[in-house]
Amino acid sequence: MPTPKFPESENAITRRDFFNWVVVGWAGFAAAMGGFLTAVGRLFFPNITFEPPQQFKAGFPAEYAVNKVDERFKKRYGVWIVRNERGIFCLSTVCTHLGCTPNWLEGEAKFKCPCHGSGFYSTGINFEGPAPRPLERYKIGRSEDGQISIDKNVKYQFEKGQWNDPNSFLELA
Amino acid sequence: MASFKEFSESITKSQAWKSIFRHGAPNNARNRVLVVLMNVFLHLHPIRMKKSGVRMSFTWCMGGLTFFLFLVETVTGVLLMFYYRPTAEFAYMDIIALREHVPIGIMREVHRWGAHSMVITVWLHMFRVFLTGSYKPPREFNWGIGVILLVLTLLLSFTGYLLPWDQLAIWAITVGSNMARATPFLGHEGPGASFINTVMGFDVVHAGSDARFALLAGRLVGEATLLRFYVLHCIFIPLAASVLMAIHFWRVRKDGGISGPL
Repeated sequence: MPTPKFPESENAITRRDFFNWVVVGWAGFAAAMGGFLTAVGRLFFPNITFEPPQQFKAGFPAEYAVNKVDERFKKRYGVWIVRNERGIFCLSTVCTHLGCTPNWLEGEAKFKCPCHGSGFYSTGINFEGPAPRPLERYKIGRSEDGQISIDKNVKYQFEKGQWNDPNSFLELA
Repeated sequence: MASFKEFSESITKSQAWKSIFRHGAPNNARNRVLVVLMNVFLHLHPIRMKKSGVRMSFTWCMGGLTFFLFLVETVTGVLLMFYYRPTAEFAYMDIIALREHVPIGIMREVHRWGAHSMVITVWLHMFRVFLTGSYKPPREFNWGIGVILLVLTLLLSFTGYLLPWDQLAIWAITVGSNMARATPFLGHEGPGASFINTVMGFDVVHAGSDARFALLAGRLVGEATLLRFYVLHCIFIPLAASVLMAIHFWRVRKDGGISGPL
C-alpha cells in the first residue's frame, strides 16, 4: 500500500516545529496565569486600611500620674500607658493567651481578661489564669516636640529579655 | 371528543416533551438503562450496589444526611441573604430584625442548627467510613476529597460565625484567626517568617502583610473583615464545596458503590 502523499506547501510546519510551538504556547499561558494569580493575591492586601496608624504621639509625660495605668488610648490604639517612679512604658492590650482584651481593675490593681480569667500586674507580668507570658510592650520614645511617641510596629517581649531594651521604656530623670 | 390516549399522546409526542425526555417509558431493559444515562442526578448514583452496602446499620446514612444539610443550609442561607447586609452599620440589626419582625425569620435558627448538625454528620460520616474500611484502595482518592470537604465545612462554620456581628462573633474570630499568625512562612509569628525576613534584609512578613492580614483585611477584625467573610461564606466556599461534592459522589460510583468490601 503506497504511503499517502500530502500536498507540501512552502510554509508547511514540521512535527517538531509543531510541538515546539505548543511548548511556547503553554509556557506563555502558564506565565500569564501565574502573573494573573499573583496580581489576584495582591488584591487581598489593600494599599490603605482604615485602621488607626501604628505610630502616634501620646502627649507629654507630665500628663501621666505616677503609678497609674492610663486608658485614654485603649479604645483607639489598643495600648495602656503606664507610669511608675522611674518612667513610662506602653503595654499592648492583647491578652497573651488567645488575644482578647483584658480590663484594668483599679481596685485590685491588675489587668483581668474577661475571656478566660488571665491576670496581669500593672507591669504586664502574668500571675494568674492561662496566659503563658507577660503582656507585650511597644516601642516608646520622645519626639522632637517633647511628646511621647509610640511605635506599635516594634514590640518587646519580657520572656525574650527584650524589656531591657532602652526603647521599651522611657526613662524620666 | 378526543380519547384520553390521544390526549396523553399529544403531550408525550410534543416537541417540548421530547426535548426533555429523550427516551420512552422505562418498560424495557434499554430504556431503563437510558433513564440513568440521560439523567445527570441519577448518573451520579452507582449503577448497582450490594443490598448490604446500603443497610442503615452499615452507612448510618451520614453522607446523605450531610448532603441534605448542605441543601438546607443553601436554601435557608439564600433566604437570609434577602435581609442581611454585611456592613458594621446594619449587620447586627438585620440579624435582630430576622428574629423579631420577619415572617418565619426562624430561618436563621434553622441555618445555625443545620450548620452545627452538618459538622456532626460530617464527622460521623468520616467515622463510619473509617470503621467500614471504605477509605482503602481504590477509594483512597475519595478519602482525600472528603478531608478537603471536612475542612471546607469547618471554614463555612468559621466564616458564618462572624456574620451576626455581636461580641461573641468578633472575639471568636479575633481568637480563631490568631492561628493564622502561626502559618509557616506566611504568618508573622510562624516558623520560617524570621528566616524570610533575615534573607531579604527587611521585614517582608509582618503583621501588616501576612496570612492573617489577608484573611481579616487588616490587623484587627473590622468592617472589611465582615465583607470578606461574607463573600467567602456565601460564594467562594459553597462553590468550591459544590464542585468537590460532585467529584466525591462521582468517585463513589466509579470506585464501586457506597460502602463495604468490593
